[in-house]
Amino acid sequence: MPPKYHVLSVLVENRAGVLARVSALFARRGYNIYSLAVAPTDDERFSRITVVVDVEQAPLEQVVKQLNKLIHVIKISELDPRDSVERELMLVTVKAPAEVRGQIIELVELFEGRIIDVGRDELALSLDEHPERLDDLEELLRPFGIIDLQRTGRVALPKLERS
Amino acid sequence: MNTNGGQALIKSLELEGVEVIFGLPGGAILPVYDPILDSPIRHVLVRHEQGAGHMAEGFAHATGRPGVAMVTSGPGATNIVTPLADAYMDSIPMVVITGQVPLPSIGTDAFQECDTVGITRGVTKHNELVTRAEDIPMAIRQAFHIATTGRPGPVLVDIPKDIVDPRNPASAMNWNWPTDADVSSSMPGYKPTTKGHPKKIKEAAALIAVARKPIIYAGGGILKARAAEALRELAELTGIPVVTTLMARGAFPDDHELCLGMPGMHGNYTAVTSIQKSDLLIALGSRFDDRVTGKLDGFAPDARIIHVDIDPAELGKVRRADVPIVGDCRLVIEEIIKALNALGGPESRMDITPWRQQISAWQELYPLVYEQSIDGDLLKPQYVLEQLRDRSPADTIVASGVGQHQMWTSQYWKFNYPYTWVNSGGLGTMGFSIPAAIGAKVGRPDRTVWAVDGDGCFQMTAQELVTAATERIPVKIALLNNAYLGMVRQWQEMFYGERYSEVYLSPDLPDYVKWAEAMGCVALRVESPDEVGPAIDKANEINDRPVVLEFRTDASEKVFPMVSPGTSNDQIDVGPLQNGLGR
Ligand SMILES: Cc1ncc(C[n+]2csc(CCOP(=O)(O)OP(=O)(O)O)c2C)c(N)n1
Ligand SMILES: [Mg+2]
Repeated sequence: MPPKYHVLSVLVENRAGVLARVSALFARRGYNIYSLAVAPTDDERFSRITVVVDVEQAPLEQVVKQLNKLIHVIKISELDPRDSVERELMLVTVKAPAEVRGQIIELVELFEGRIIDVGRDELALSLDEHPERLDDLEELLRPFGIIDLQRTGRVALPKLERS
Repeated sequence: MNTNGGQALIKSLELEGVEVIFGLPGGAILPVYDPILDSPIRHVLVRHEQGAGHMAEGFAHATGRPGVAMVTSGPGATNIVTPLADAYMDSIPMVVITGQVPLPSIGTDAFQECDTVGITRGVTKHNELVTRAEDIPMAIRQAFHIATTGRPGPVLVDIPKDIVDPRNPASAMNWNWPTDADVSSSMPGYKPTTKGHPKKIKEAAALIAVARKPIIYAGGGILKARAAEALRELAELTGIPVVTTLMARGAFPDDHELCLGMPGMHGNYTAVTSIQKSDLLIALGSRFDDRVTGKLDGFAPDARIIHVDIDPAELGKVRRADVPIVGDCRLVIEEIIKALNALGGPESRMDITPWRQQISAWQELYPLVYEQSIDGDLLKPQYVLEQLRDRSPADTIVASGVGQHQMWTSQYWKFNYPYTWVNSGGLGTMGFSIPAAIGAKVGRPDRTVWAVDGDGCFQMTAQELVTAATERIPVKIALLNNAYLGMVRQWQEMFYGERYSEVYLSPDLPDYVKWAEAMGCVALRVESPDEVGPAIDKANEINDRPVVLEFRTDASEKVFPMVSPGTSNDQIDVGPLQNGLGR
């Protein structure tokens, strides 16, 4: 995760071309989109785009204002990681010959992940958790030899009021 | 099924009040051109699609109503990208209809296919590929709504051939004209704010009341908001002087005692300096463009800022505002006037007489100046413009190209009426003036319309004079032929040690008079100062065809004052004739 990352939650109309319009505003300024997750909300007319970008605060404000000008964008909120709940899904295939297989299974259990496929010398596993927990597991699995790894990009919602 | 997409498209345009379409047909848009034959809408057949776009812009500039252009797919669409970008930069309401290959062929590299919506995404306020015939009326209604509300801009509607071609079943549809309510509920994310926040309005009035050196920095937004009257009321109520940016020339009358004229890179000394020394800048529909601010950290260092704009993205984009107000300029100015009156009479505000006196002193010291040519020498462009101004009706509409001639026109013309200045500000599009003047004349046939053009610009879009001659649109062109890409030459002279690289054009290749005559215009070449006036008078009398006056002008003449790129407005160079005066 880049140091200056920001998480934007963008509510858009669920229709062709919207994602291209949104991503084009980042692309024209040379900002890299670090991760992106898009899916319809409970109301099929709308989708939510959760985008993680690596930008300073000031230019980000300008991009947000420009995003707001897109006709198909309904609402944008910046989600401060401290005030939001975040999740991400990761699928990993890792080398798992018999002698280390037990260690890997133990790790997965510790992280409350799941083994989703078993091969002769490999295991496939999944974890849906806070993105930083995914980083941790990824780190711990690396020495065993990661064959394939796929993350979805984070999704987030604001934390609920407690008082 | 009671109609087809092609007919529905033309009917939708009629219902939107469209009187004229500028365009050029081709394969993909053919089915839409057929019902045009039976429509009361006038179609102006251009010679190049860029012309259609600039004509639509000129029409919009002069009338305030959205200009409409229609072109075919592929090369037709790519040819109109420049006008779209131009209209986007200058917030011109425009609707462009492009033909597209039939839906089943999209993405197959079909003949004359291009990704029009993709190509134009960054240069339109909005664009849309329509995929069903029955969606056409709504797409057109949305396009006009978006183009003309909030911050105006160009909208493109891309229409595949199959949904407009009566021979194709995909074009069959039932007519349904969406209501206003349908239109707004179809765009839940589009709700421009027009009313300023009352608390901010009060704050603005309070700042105005305590300012000793205030300046109104009026931008193109004044014209878009039809706020010229309100601006005048505000200025006269407070006595605050007004600068009018390149996009706002005419928004406040040049002959008004409070008008300081154009600021910026080629602004006059007083307009530039009064902004620099101000303690309050009231930015109304202006956007702190780099050509106005010069080096940003040296711009108006002591000024507090009130910034009014309908586009929230403009507030704080360049310069932080002390009082940012999102809203329509006219409505906000009217509210500010009310708030000022609520504070009391003139005694409730600072006395700004000393400031006004200081400004008058600058005006006296640094008027615009040039040296008249001596006999036998080439004409001075400034002289030509003064003559043109003084010999044409006061409400003449003036369009210009981009270059030195544009800056001189903005400097030397007296704009006393709004919507009389048609130019390409943000994009700086060479070739803008001829088609834009044609569009303006179509929109305002009652007015005299002059295009002031450079020789470089003329060669980019002159072919539209054929359109003007054919359609009997009697525009007049003042071609300032200095045989150079003059503005670039000026930069090479000043900043590249007089190393002239690829800027020479030749005074007589092409022969502009013959060329203009071949295009159906009356044409005259003017070489000496005493011919200037009579030639202009003659041109002003011709009303049945386009006229081209070719003035042979002095290429060594430079535009002054000038704030060199990258320097602060404080380093304004008033030019050799005034250097060393009084400072
Ligand atoms: C389409 C386009 N290409 C290039 C430029 C860069 N440019 C700005 S002014 C200028 C020279 C214009 O020459 P001319 O029309 O003769 O006007 P002059 O400056 O001589 O009055 C050029 C090349 C531009 N603004 N637009
Ligand atoms: Mg020239």
